[in-house]
Amino acid sequence: MIRVVLPHHLRTLAKVDGEVQLELNGSATVQSLLDALESKYPSLRGTIRDRARQQRRPLVRFFACGEDISHEPLHAPLPDAIVNGAEPFFVIGAIAGG
Amino acid sequence: MSGVRVLVGTRKGAFILTSDGKRKDWKIDGPHFAGWEIYHVKGSPADQNRIYASQTSDWFGQIVQRSDDGGKTWNTPGTSLDHIRGADGFPTGKSNDFRYDGVPGTHQWYDGTQHPWEFKRVWHFEPALDSPDHVYAGVEDAALFESTDGGASWRERSGLRKHDTGAKWQPGAGGMCLHSILLDPTNEKRIFVAISAAGAFRSDDGGETWKPINRGLHSQYIPDPNAEVGHCVHRIAMHPARPNTLFMQKHWDVMRSDNAGDSWREVSGNLPSDFGFPIDVHTHEPETIYVVPITSDSEHFPPDGKLRVYRSRTGGNDWEELTRGLPQRDCYVNVLRDAMCVDSLDSCGIYFGTTGGQIYASADNGDTWNAIVRDLPAVLSVEVQTLP
Repeated sequence: MIRVVLPHHLRTLAKVDGEVQLELNGSATVQSLLDALESKYPSLRGTIRDRARQQRRPLVRFFACGEDISHEPLHAPLPDAIVNGAEPFFVIGAIAGG
Repeated sequence: MSGVRVLVGTRKGAFILTSDGKRKDWKIDGPHFAGWEIYHVKGSPADQNRIYASQTSDWFGQIVQRSDDGGKTWNTPGTSLDHIRGADGFPTGKSNDFRYDGVPGTHQWYDGTQHPWEFKRVWHFEPALDSPDHVYAGVEDAALFESTDGGASWRERSGLRKHDTGAKWQPGAGGMCLHSILLDPTNEKRIFVAISAAGAFRSDDGGETWKPINRGLHSQYIPDPNAEVGHCVHRIAMHPARPNTLFMQKHWDVMRSDNAGDSWREVSGNLPSDFGFPIDVHTHEPETIYVVPITSDSEHFPPDGKLRVYRSRTGGNDWEELTRGLPQRDCYVNVLRDAMCVDSLDSCGIYFGTTGGQIYASADNGDTWNAIVRDLPAVLSVEVQTLP
């Protein structure tokens, strides 16, 4: 079971508290993680990846195992610690704008 | 007794203010969607419990929120398990999918170069008159979208954006936004829109095709001051009983048309400044209009630090200042284009919100004013529903 930590506003939008847990079918990549997240919580569609290009929104970052993986390709495999649930995958909104 | 429900969009959430017909004591509810910019909140004329809100942020983009109980609870349409399902069996969640029809192309950018058309946010919802599920959205970069399923999905009325002047449209400082939508209650095929900074447009076939309606507008700061498009129209307003008469607050000049926008004439008259953003029409007096002058395009605050609403009872040219209950010193707030509205009680109520977070209300046609609330976040929009 994959664990995902969402920023405050997206937790509110998805109406969840704390971590989100996902099961992935097939390969475990950032893209498949986001696909599963958006399928389970459709209100999050367009908030992490923009609708038109399906790319990460500029003021959103992805962290895994203490590393910023925002610029890794979306189809790159997730670290084992994320896949086995030992560590959560973080979706983080930029601290910007005051 | 009748009452009113004032719907306020601010930089940090939405607020709902309710009162009875006296409009003296108010209940303040909110913030809804705390922390998000709420560009517009508007109720359906077909069902007073149906309200749409544009929730937006630079971080997470556009969300469409809908209430079916007068603002008590909200949901993003099309995202619950009861809603439209796609091939994967899950709700399609398309309520924030504002996808331009075809290849969107480019428009003029601030520096004169061509810039790709990119969706940023919904500036204005205009619920239609026939059904609570029928609603239009004016967006940035300027385009008109329509939903017939309560906001669960949208399609672009692309005849507007694909007008042959489209490539010449240019953004104003706040973005290239379609901020005003007027629906003619006597003719379901007629729609008026206004875009900063392209101008005003009219459709006579339900949104399929459009024509610019800017003849008579004069904008001295653009290469051709009398151009077909390129005028920064801040707001247009119409009384439902006189759909051929339009009023406009432009980037300089208050204008009037009596032929559905085919031609305009200036009615700024004796205003202390003809620069401003909102304009609205008295519910029961089609020739009575309201504006809030600010000094200039360089200094967006009231002249002399006095917050004054101006009223004309002659459809323009002759204006009187309305000040009772409004601050007359050290006041440097602004009133944005979608932040003024009128109710339809017998004694017409007028409401406006400021960038300083105040909401002012008048229950007597503008003769006197009171602050409903003073310390909200900067107000982006104000609408009012008159409740039976």
